[in-house]
Amino acid sequence: MKPAVVITGISGNLGRGLVRVLHRDEQVFGIDRRPFVGKPKDVELFQVDLRKKKVEDVFRRHKVKAVIHMGILHDPRMSAEDHHSFNVLGTTRVLDCCARYGVKKVVVLSSANVYGPSPDNSSFLTEDAPLMAASRFPSVRDLIEVDMLATRFLWKHPDIETVILRPVHIVGPTIKNAPSNYLRVKRPLALLGFDPMVQLIHVEDAVAAMVLALKPGLRGVYNVTGPGEVPLSSVFRELGRTPVSIPHPIARPLLRTLFKYRLANYPPEELDHIQFLCMVDGAAWVKDAGWKPGHSMRETIRAVLGD
Amino acid sequence: MLEGLLDTLKGSLRGWTASQIGPGYDEKVSAIARASNEYGVDPFGFSLDYALAAMAPFLWLYKHYHRVETFGLEKVPRGRVLLIANHSGQLPMDGAMIGVAMLTEANPPRAVRAMVEKWVGTLPFVSTFMSRVGQIVGTPENCKRLLENDEAILVFPEGMKGINKLFHQRYQLQEFGLGFMRLALETNTPIVPVGVVGAEEQAPALVDLKTVGKLFGLPSLPVTPTGVPVPLPTKYRIHFGDPLFFTGRPDDDDGELEKKVKVVKAAIQGLLDHGLRTREHVFW
Repeated sequence: MKPAVVITGISGNLGRGLVRVLHRDEQVFGIDRRPFVGKPKDVELFQVDLRKKKVEDVFRRHKVKAVIHMGILHDPRMSAEDHHSFNVLGTTRVLDCCARYGVKKVVVLSSANVYGPSPDNSSFLTEDAPLMAASRFPSVRDLIEVDMLATRFLWKHPDIETVILRPVHIVGPTIKNAPSNYLRVKRPLALLGFDPMVQLIHVEDAVAAMVLALKPGLRGVYNVTGPGEVPLSSVFRELGRTPVSIPHPIARPLLRTLFKYRLANYPPEELDHIQFLCMVDGAAWVKDAGWKPGHSMRETIRAVLGD
Repeated sequence: MLEGLLDTLKGSLRGWTASQIGPGYDEKVSAIARASNEYGVDPFGFSLDYALAAMAPFLWLYKHYHRVETFGLEKVPRGRVLLIANHSGQLPMDGAMIGVAMLTEANPPRAVRAMVEKWVGTLPFVSTFMSRVGQIVGTPENCKRLLENDEAILVFPEGMKGINKLFHQRYQLQEFGLGFMRLALETNTPIVPVGVVGAEEQAPALVDLKTVGKLFGLPSLPVTPTGVPVPLPTKYRIHFGDPLFFTGRPDDDDGELEKKVKVVKAAIQGLLDHGLRTREHVFW
């Protein structure tokens, strides 16, 4: 059996997209605590929690040439403790295995959200910008910790090609993350008088970026951008949405109450994303990896509709 | 419904701008939008269409209220440039007038970028307006990126101390910040000194009630005869100087940079002195 590519968090919608592209050329192993419905026959799934010692069996039994780690949770409804433990301990376990079993390539899927939206932000943040997201939204600190664990791993193991990807908001027909869900609402909540520029990336382009990261020689931390920048209002217009604009001093307490009584799926801190800038400079990834997104801006925006 | 209303307003303002400038302008100005995508904005959020609509009332003020005259506009080089000007008048009309001059009288027309304070990003409507007309939060990274894209940036190194100056301080340049010089050296950008004559008398402030201002969280509280700082119809004369080129280390000691900044300050003072000597009257 040829050396395998291990994908953590494979059963999610993004993972399935990645499998569709990879499994014909590579021997793919998946690790996920969820079942993988409709799994291709040539893909082997290890249904185990990433925190468990059993994860090591995957590496012990087979030669692994690369790991794509996207088994990172972001669910505001989960208990903060469990969330934190899954992300931080899970990432530690995976990276530890990579180091001990001689994996040559490690791709970690972080996010451009680690910088955090803020009125102080420069229009385009580069990879050395401080990761400030938790300063206004403390419950995302584990996502920053995961990014930093991976960065530490990158410097600690110069012989391993570690690639940390920080893509902008991923959108797609089957993607269930906050930005995609938000854009699927017919009458989304907006903040009166605020219309920040936003960056989106098509799920197929996010998958393509992860596949590209497997290319030998690539190593480093990279922002990954899609086809460009656009005002939030233009996204609404393209999708035919009529937002309900609420003054921001009212929107926050309102959303806090709605979230508490489970009438809304977003905690109020997420409002920062539709109020302030959180855009990144993707020039380094373009230069080093020859990155070019395959979908236009219009296609990317319309991807949430799945038509 | 609000959206439709705003679209109608934008359309009619756009028409007003066009009628004030005359035919043939659209082709000339469209070159500015070179970095725009299919949604009509550049990566920073600047929209030419929006800017031309927003300009209409300022263009009217430019032509009929302040009756702006420009001198030496042709000295502004193509490509990246820093316009460094004196700041005054309680309301930043000087910035708006320089912007209108560059957009309507310069050949080719240029959209001037100015840097805004960080708290502007927290204000509803204002933040969106500023972004669409090309004004950007003044971080060094943003300035550098714009200059590397060969944009024109307007800087008032006097800052708040300039705009809030009292009537008896008119045409006396306040202390200059050094940031613009670091940027010029780092990006190899020519500096064009600009002297704005007329703005310093538009809202004569007699006293600055700093302590009262502090109670309301304001950095200063200048009091004008009208109470609120409504600009008087003073005649504006905007003088552009010859471009200045500087070389040196951008991370040099403040003392070294101050020497270079003094050269720029002297050039602006020269333009102001000349402008004051040659003008007929404050109001005409």
